Amino acid sequence: MTSSTPTLAIRVLRAPRRPRPRLLYWTAVVVLAVITLAATLAPMLAPDDPDAVDFMSFLAPPSPAHWLGTDSLGRDILSRIIWGGRTALIGPLAVVVFSTIIGILLGLWAGWRGGWVDAALSRVFDVLFAFPSLLIAIMAVALFGKGLWAPVIAMSIAYAPFVARLTRSLVAAERTRPYVSAYRVQGFGGAWIALRRVLPNVTPIVGAQSTLNFGYVLAELAGLSFLGLGVQAPTADWGAMINEAQSGVAAGQLLPAIAPAIAVVLSVVAVNIIGEELSDRIGGENPA
Amino acid sequence: MSAARRVAGKLGGLLLTLFLASLLVFFSRFLVPGDPVSFLLRGRKPSPESVAAITAQYGLELPPWEQYLRWILGVLRGDFGRSLQYRQDVSEVIGDRLPVTLTLVVMAGLIIAVAGVAFGAIAALNRGKVIDRIVLIGLTVLGAIPSFVGGIVLIALFSVGLGWFPSFGSGDGFGDMIHHLTLPSIALALVFIVLVGKVTRSAMVDQLGREHVEVSTSRGVARQAVVRRHVLRNALGPILTVSGVLVAGLIVASSIVEAAFGLSGIGSLLVQSVDRLDFPVVQAIVLLVVFAFVVMNAVVDILEPWIDPRSAAGAGAR
Repeated sequence: MTSSTPTLAIRVLRAPRRPRPRLLYWTAVVVLAVITLAATLAPMLAPDDPDAVDFMSFLAPPSPAHWLGTDSLGRDILSRIIWGGRTALIGPLAVVVFSTIIGILLGLWAGWRGGWVDAALSRVFDVLFAFPSLLIAIMAVALFGKGLWAPVIAMSIAYAPFVARLTRSLVAAERTRPYVSAYRVQGFGGAWIALRRVLPNVTPIVGAQSTLNFGYVLAELAGLSFLGLGVQAPTADWGAMINEAQSGVAAGQLLPAIAPAIAVVLSVVAVNIIGEELSDRIGGENPA
Repeated sequence: MSAARRVAGKLGGLLLTLFLASLLVFFSRFLVPGDPVSFLLRGRKPSPESVAAITAQYGLELPPWEQYLRWILGVLRGDFGRSLQYRQDVSEVIGDRLPVTLTLVVMAGLIIAVAGVAFGAIAALNRGKVIDRIVLIGLTVLGAIPSFVGGIVLIALFSVGLGWFPSFGSGDGFGDMIHHLTLPSIALALVFIVLVGKVTRSAMVDQLGREHVEVSTSRGVARQAVVRRHVLRNALGPILTVSGVLVAGLIVASSIVEAAFGLSGIGSLLVQSVDRLDFPVVQAIVLLVVFAFVVMNAVVDILEPWIDPRSAAGAGAR
């Protein structure tokens, strides 16, 4: 990366219109929109109370009363999936937002100041990279107890170094651009240039990369509640639903486990397709 | 720089990272507000004996840095303290369960390497064609299947449906264990195949466009030989690097797979210890995973120049 590379705005404008079919991308957008909408409007959309126990039907097959059947406690599976979308989406959203904010600020600091700040932060990131995000989340549960928020905060810390490393390299490249020296010559302070001019230039690229983390986090948080360490019963949650229904699989009771599993996979696929498209379009070239 | 100096430098970095990571693992406990004895004995009756035992084990009456020193010196001798749930040494509890997890991780690693490189190579050699797109979409979908979902689908298909593989436990003896661990290792591998596949594809696409490939092709070297000798060999560096990163993730992810398949390895031990508030075991397993990550990365770093001599000169594909 030298100063001859065009700025982000120019790169987006110049990005070639690829003839590649967008069908996949738009399908993903629609799928994610439907899931998000269903989760947001759960109280209106869900046909049943997700926690209501129907004593007349345990593990009932699909019927007009229960479109996806009921689970082993006689609860309506469709309603639980619609409600479960809430914890499934809010957790990853929080992690992506927190980790992006922390990562951009640390990366900006390291890339802009350079020197010992950069060296020290890089060392800290190296150490954090040695802790897989799921491990940090499990450790947070061991320290602070089960639930959604301890893992979410832990994973925000786990994902921040990835964001910071990308931001750092972008900022370090940006620092050598002519516009930065132009501002300096005019007497603008370093902090002002970094926050008001460099930060807006790198944020879209970093943001697009961050959306790619959403899918990973969603799968990991669902895994955590599958392990019984995340969202706790009786709250409807996809991972927890799979956990509760797991023993039924060996007995041939597939739907109570497969339905929430499909919800997880569909969301992750949709988010990943959108994330890849966004980072392709905005990222252009990846200097990391 | 000589090879010996380079290796020594790497080892120095490795020790520093391990030291800092051990600080993090040890002092994480200090983030919990309140009395350490009541934290460590949560959910248990704090009898005078158990309070005395836990105080002695952690040296809780000492200043924090001395507590760390005691702990890390013990760890270096293989003494991780005593498990609260088993009333046994932590190292024994972990040692009993290590073989299952190691076999699982090695089997998954083999599947990941073979399938990842194969898919990546197929996509790269058909770049831009329909096959490339199909493989890429297939990898995206595969990457979205968490191991607990993959596990359930595999159990439904191959153990409930076809009855080929058991769905529970790790079996007796080596052959039986491989048989029992086949489905779990596939479930564990799924997500990671994507990473290796995508890295293989982009590394090979990068090499395919290079001059040395063009020259060999124009010299009349057979396509297969060009791919094997020039493309794949040069692409090995990045593939190896990503593989090193995967190992720690595999061990952690195996906690989910072990839970889904009722295996008793260190992954399920970790979850169980969190559940039963057995903090010494949690601490020991976290430290082991981090150790595995750091060591694997150092090994990859040290091996890289032998596979790709350019990286030793500092001009590699980094």
